[in-house]
Amino acid sequence: MTTDFKPDYSFESIREEFPILKREVHPGVPLTYLDSAATSQKPIHVIEAMDHYYRNTNANIHRGVHMLAEEATFSYEQAREKVARFIGANKPKEVIFTRNTTESINLLAYTLGRSLLKPGDLVVLTEMEHHSNLVPWQMLAQVLNLRLEFIRITDDGMLDLDSYDQLLKQNPKLVSFTQMSNVLGTINPAQEIIKKAKENGAVTIVDGAQSVPHIPVNVKQLGADFMAFSAHKMLGPLGIGVLWGREELLEELPPFLGGGDMIKKVYLRSFTYNDLPHKFEAGTPAVAEAIGFGAAIDYLSSTGMDRIAIHEQNLIKYAIDELQKIDGLHILGPDASLRGGVASFTLDGIHPHDVAQILDGDGIAVRAGHHCAMPLHDRYNIPASTRASFYLYNTINDIDVLIKSLKRVVKIFG
Amino acid sequence: MDDLYRDVIVEHFKNPGYKGILDPHDISFEDENPLCGDHLRIDLRVDENNKVKEAAFSGHGCAISQASADLLLESIIGKSLDEVKKYTKNDVLELIGIELGPVRLKCALLSLKILKAGVYGLGEASDDLVEEE
Ligand SMILES: Cc1ncc(COP(=O)(O)O)c(C=O)c1O
Repeated sequence: MTTDFKPDYSFESIREEFPILKREVHPGVPLTYLDSAATSQKPIHVIEAMDHYYRNTNANIHRGVHMLAEEATFSYEQAREKVARFIGANKPKEVIFTRNTTESINLLAYTLGRSLLKPGDLVVLTEMEHHSNLVPWQMLAQVLNLRLEFIRITDDGMLDLDSYDQLLKQNPKLVSFTQMSNVLGTINPAQEIIKKAKENGAVTIVDGAQSVPHIPVNVKQLGADFMAFSAHKMLGPLGIGVLWGREELLEELPPFLGGGDMIKKVYLRSFTYNDLPHKFEAGTPAVAEAIGFGAAIDYLSSTGMDRIAIHEQNLIKYAIDELQKIDGLHILGPDASLRGGVASFTLDGIHPHDVAQILDGDGIAVRAGHHCAMPLHDRYNIPASTRASFYLYNTINDIDVLIKSLKRVVKIFG
Repeated sequence: MDDLYRDVIVEHFKNPGYKGILDPHDISFEDENPLCGDHLRIDLRVDENNKVKEAAFSGHGCAISQASADLLLESIIGKSLDEVKKYTKNDVLELIGIELGPVRLKCALLSLKILKAGVYGLGEASDDLVEEE
């Protein structure tokens, strides 16, 4: 154990609040969950909030005048307020509920493609993007003839800001980037990237899928125009996500999906659209999920995002120190102090699938593959990697279990 | 779960008997498993009776896909191409002798898919090729 490691024992009791962490994955083999970057586990509060909704409140929202509909609408809108407060948004109506980060970014690609962006415009992304912040722009580039350029990454997994400066000289209309890499763990200097984009007149989108769950994020402090993230990676349920945007910009965008709720008036041949946030929320939304999401945010807030970030910093430091001691193991990405709780690595001569499979035998859940970032793996000339990722419910013991199992992998294939 | 890494799998992965490239060859086909990025190529030489004389695989992949390829090629030496066409999923599973979940099954069957696409002279390897007739 590193000398500056100060365990926060209050985190040990957190595990008790996540029922799934008590299960065995094979007879006599407990679960060691190290795949939170893919999706997080859920505390009992979130599960109970959704259960309570279905047992007591279930109704469609924004339309009925009966008691259940009133209660459901109230709870749904309360969840929106919680999200707004959590990320420091000016107003709840700046928070649009979507299905996930992917849908939020697709919403932006669709609507910016019908407003701000014109043929020949330059869109700047980075080489470390998740496919969800890459493919929507490729799809839009095909129809609009956009130019896509990429902020390079350095060998140690940082954004090469010199290459960004070069791209800024070409007057991009839009800069869209991840605040934290889901493979390298790198926490990017979002404030600086946004400031420079602004100075050059570009609109900015932050992919907050990995950052919002793990570090304190305040959209006003960042100065961003839009941000996308998913509830399921931050203790909430699957199937609900957020697009946050500055009010004036959201007002300028055309609507996305058409249908119920997003309209004010409908005639046979035309319609007028609803005010924010409903303009972007067509159809019956995921009400139970919004309520579960609200409970997740309550849980994160009462634990404290700063404390969570420190806890994960401790874990990743320890993990990287220990991983480095394994022969033939190569860690992708920067020094532990520059990243969140994500460690992706390769093992010489051993395929990540084989690594993950043997770890599974010891009850350890990690991810193997390209983690929806194929271009990033191409950049490092590797077909795939194994990724261990942490959250507030992980402990030093989890990492010890991982290291022990990895040693077994090396022995089997050695 | 270590049953998956029975000695036969690890042995064929570490010391494959049929790894390499045949040049010239009578049949060659390659493809990948996009899920994990595994890439495999299989080359065959056949004799005048259309029986497999030599076989080799190349590419990269996990132990399951590499060992399955090695075991599969070992088993088809001396067999006619018509016999090879009759190979199915179960033949491969019997060769490797382990139970596999849906994800790893794809790894194990990659070689059969590629082998059959090559033998049938198809432009593309499809999952249907490994199912029972
Ligand atoms: C950085 C990043 N962006 C976007 C996504 C996509 O999130 P979702 O699948 O919830 O839409 C992920 C999740 O894998 C991610 O890690």
